[in-house]
Amino acid sequence: MEGRKTSHWWTFWGVVILLWAAFPLVWMFSTSFKDPNTFREGGSAFWPSAWTWENYRTVFSDELFTSALRNSAGIALIATGLSVVVAMFAAYAIARLEFRGKRLMLSMALAIAMFPVAALVGPLFNMWRGLGIYDTWIGLIIPYLTFALPLSIWTMSAFFRQIPWEMEQAAQVDGATAWQAFRKVIVPLAAPGVFTTAILTFFFCWNEFLLATSLTSTNAARTVPAALSFFTGASQFQSPVTAIMAASIVVTIPVVVLVLLFQRRIVAGLTAGAVKG
Amino acid sequence: MTTAVPGPMEAAAVVRRSASDRVLHERRLGLWLSAPAFIVMIAVTAYPLAYAVVMSLYQYRLTDPAGRSFIGLQNYATVLTDPIWWSAVLTTFVITAISVAVELVLGFCFAWVMYRIIRGRSIVRTSILVPYGIITVVSAFVFRYSFQADSGFVNSWFNLGTFNWFGQRWSSLFVITFSEIWKTTPFISLLLLAGLVQVPYDLQEAAQVDGASAWQRLWRVTLPNMKAAIMVAVLFRTLDAWRIFDNPFIMTAGANGTETLSILAYRQNVTLVNLGAGSAVSVLLFLSVLLIAFIFVKGFRTDLSQVRGGQ
Repeated sequence: MEGRKTSHWWTFWGVVILLWAAFPLVWMFSTSFKDPNTFREGGSAFWPSAWTWENYRTVFSDELFTSALRNSAGIALIATGLSVVVAMFAAYAIARLEFRGKRLMLSMALAIAMFPVAALVGPLFNMWRGLGIYDTWIGLIIPYLTFALPLSIWTMSAFFRQIPWEMEQAAQVDGATAWQAFRKVIVPLAAPGVFTTAILTFFFCWNEFLLATSLTSTNAARTVPAALSFFTGASQFQSPVTAIMAASIVVTIPVVVLVLLFQRRIVAGLTAGAVKG
Repeated sequence: MTTAVPGPMEAAAVVRRSASDRVLHERRLGLWLSAPAFIVMIAVTAYPLAYAVVMSLYQYRLTDPAGRSFIGLQNYATVLTDPIWWSAVLTTFVITAISVAVELVLGFCFAWVMYRIIRGRSIVRTSILVPYGIITVVSAFVFRYSFQADSGFVNSWFNLGTFNWFGQRWSSLFVITFSEIWKTTPFISLLLLAGLVQVPYDLQEAAQVDGASAWQRLWRVTLPNMKAAIMVAVLFRTLDAWRIFDNPFIMTAGANGTETLSILAYRQNVTLVNLGAGSAVSVLLFLSVLLIAFIFVKGFRTDLSQVRGGQ
């Protein structure tokens, strides 16, 4: 019934999806190599008339961008690490233990995942100024941790629920100590779920813009998304378009690398726990 | 033999006590393990929200701290009678309704292709994750510059001359919604794919044997069996679209009637440091999200226990 013809047909639609997803990236790539002074001439053609690295030189010599890159990497990695550790405990409890408050915990995670962050920027802005953590790394790490936790908890508890925990006891019956059973049996089984959760959490922190732009004011903590919105190019007389595209390519590279390396895991992470199986 | 053999009653009591000990221990461990996550989540949401509720009852500008005074619900009256608020509600509603509707159809098509495709399956899945993972600000810039008459290719490809997409409300909203759809369709399509693979294949086959057309099978068998996945995907995306900020902020910064509720809250609180009225906007935004969630759960009977993590 499934002829070769229909199989070709699905491949064709697969190519359409591929083009649809990649097209804006190709334009971003092409524009990042256009000459910032002359790219508008010639009716803004799709490909550059002459390829140049100038935009990359511009963004890497701009303190706004380089410090934003440092801030983004540092804040996203720290927030991801903390969130994964805190969520790991909660996810283990949710997947393995019976306790009162479990439903409350899950409903609260759900509520916070849907929380309108914009409703908090006013109070946080004011509170952070009072606490002296406005425009600092910690001032962004705390809210990122909060808003990444629901995602981390769900994803990890879904993964943890699939682990055959009996194997731990089986290993102990076979003579392993409790610690050996945990380290040799459970850790390898749980690691992929923890790792996948970390990737998804990192994407969230790397992407976040509203809090980043509300709770920072200088290069001290401004992350890439916030810095991009301030970027003006090499000089105020030059259009920032090509330089912003070059900066965009730079910050998209980590995302593309992670996606290429861990496609299967990311899909599993996004779907495994999404809907009850 | 003097070894005390416990009678049946005593044995039951011993078993019960150790069982309830274990239950108690498990409960306590569960609470301890989830306490850190619970505290962090509460501290950064509930407390600031309560703070916003209190602030919203005051007239208070950061630029004029001495002029702070209690004015009751007057901020809410000011906000709710201001056309700026209602314009933001309309803008947000239009973006949400159109993007969710288009994404549902498009996302289902994507899910269907990913489900059926044989050659190149992993390439398609990889490519679809790029829009998901890319920074929203970056994709907003790409769409903005692509549509902008002087830097982009859209006008020259479609012979639009120097048409200014960002010069008026509806064309701006078109680009904003388009960019939002590009960025978030992958997420919805993966949720739908997860629902799709759970539709029992026997059902499809049985319907086919009974002579149902492909179209009938889709509407009578596949979609009804995916109802939970569809409702959850729609609820998630609706609430996500309702707080849209990045795309309109980068493209128009809210000019020409494209200000969304999140941009309004941001502008009042952070740009104008008008913390009284700004807090009223924050509280109203929060209430609108609650209302939408309530409509979904009660009106459309979305079963939230089907959502991630629920048991």
